[in-house]
Amino acid sequence: MRREVRLAGYGGQGIILIGLLLGKAAALHDGKEAVFTQSYGPEARGGASNADVVIADAPVDYPLVTRPDCLVVMFQEAYERHRPGLVEGGLLVLDQDLVRPDPGEGAFHAIPATRLAEGLGKKIVANVVMLGFFTAVSGLVRREAVEAALRSTLAPRLLELNLRAFATGYDYAPHAREAA
Amino acid sequence: MKDGPAVLEGQHFLLGDHACAEGALAAGCRFFAGYPITPSTEIAERLAHRLPEVGGIFVQMEDELASMAAIVGASVAGARAMTATSGPGFSLMMENVGLAAMMEVPCVVVNVQRGAPSTGLPTLVAQADVMQARWGSHGDYEIVAYAPASPQECFDLTVRAFNTADQYRIPVFVLADEVVGHMTERVVIPPPDAIPKVERKRPRTAPGGDGFLPFQADDDLVPPMAHAGEGYRVHFTGLTHDERGYPATNAEAHDRLVRRLVEKVRRHAWRIEEYEESQLEDARVVVIAYGSTARSARRAVAVAREEGIRAGLLRPITLWPFPGERVRRLAERVGAVVVPELNMGQIAREVERFTHRPVLGVNHAGGAMLPPEPILDTIREAATR
Repeated sequence: MRREVRLAGYGGQGIILIGLLLGKAAALHDGKEAVFTQSYGPEARGGASNADVVIADAPVDYPLVTRPDCLVVMFQEAYERHRPGLVEGGLLVLDQDLVRPDPGEGAFHAIPATRLAEGLGKKIVANVVMLGFFTAVSGLVRREAVEAALRSTLAPRLLELNLRAFATGYDYAPHAREAA
Repeated sequence: MKDGPAVLEGQHFLLGDHACAEGALAAGCRFFAGYPITPSTEIAERLAHRLPEVGGIFVQMEDELASMAAIVGASVAGARAMTATSGPGFSLMMENVGLAAMMEVPCVVVNVQRGAPSTGLPTLVAQADVMQARWGSHGDYEIVAYAPASPQECFDLTVRAFNTADQYRIPVFVLADEVVGHMTERVVIPPPDAIPKVERKRPRTAPGGDGFLPFQADDDLVPPMAHAGEGYRVHFTGLTHDERGYPATNAEAHDRLVRRLVEKVRRHAWRIEEYEESQLEDARVVVIAYGSTARSARRAVAVAREEGIRAGLLRPITLWPFPGERVRRLAERVGAVVVPELNMGQIAREVERFTHRPVLGVNHAGGAMLPPEPILDTIREAATR
């Protein structure tokens, strides 16, 4: 099994961090193989940013994402740029307040990640809300593995908020509408 | 400044560049002088943070000429020393790489290759410094260059580079590429006592006595190294020198010295050479690939096998010395050799020195990783030879 995941948004949203967390969860805490690569513009904030993760049962040879099986978008431009590359029948996950999918879009999973993060008091954890939601709807990596990655990556003072953000996104999944 | 462990024992999800830095620390590197340049900057960043934690020294230099000079000086004073750069900086370091070769000063230079010539593609991958690594400085000397294909190898081969440098008293290159340097993968760092360590050969007599000649080699052609400031009478010069280290600028001394500098590596090439083989036992097509390109080649070979083509992969881990005799023996049994690389045919040219079989290059000048598809197409073509 080889699954290619692309997470895309704009610089400052923390896209790179959740790509790292997802790959780390798979490679260190879930018994899988994973490679994480990234690309972003020269800007500190704004500009396109995407994180690519390949997750597999066997060692990963070609490390880059070419046709993602899963696409997570938190920005309209990211949706427009990367949607054509998603494999047919692939998993599309989006922040419904930031991305308006094409009227003809098939099935996708939507969450108001940024709004939910604001509800937690910190808009900047929208990325981790999204990571929780993606973990639930994709089933690629176990919840406990991602939580372990959060614990081993984040500064202690940030951990509690981020674990709450992760749980918020994860628990939103059963309620997520699956548009047809 | 807080203290930290020199060896970060355990499992990590680590960037290739960071793995190079951790490999250096685990190997006992305590001096880094460099001038940051993409895509090697993360090595300098990590060491700027980590070296002070372990009592080491990090110096950001004014340029790459000075960076190389500084690590040569630090090594002469006894430190394991390293710098890291990319193409343009690698060019600037070449003069002092020759100085290190001539003065037999062990040191490690990491080159995370990017698109070139000149400033080329600062943030994008290439593998076009292979021949520069071999021949970049002036004069005759032998070099060792390791080509990591994963963050794990960035760690392991940086450790190995320090050991090889100290064993033969030579500059050693870690010839990484942007894809490997910027990918994050699991890296397992062993406990400190499991890190291989080859000690620099040291004088067997106490300092101050007569008779120690700092450039008198043993039977292995490597002289024991006395460090500056220990009390031995040492003299280091880039001029041709005698066993005392004093200038001896005549034909006889020059031939004797240069011949030994070359021979001390050539004679041990069989011990230094490393490569990985897969599915070569029954192969009719052999693919020779290194660094990040070897990962694409591995995929292409797997797909070719599914199609019934008997393909196999030889992955040189040392590009220099090049495992030419292994190539010669393998090529005898196959119809053709396929050499994918992100340059215009640098290792393919080396392969041609060791076989009369057709050598089919799969070349791209760089800017993106070579995907498996064109390699697979060429394997299919080679299978008809």
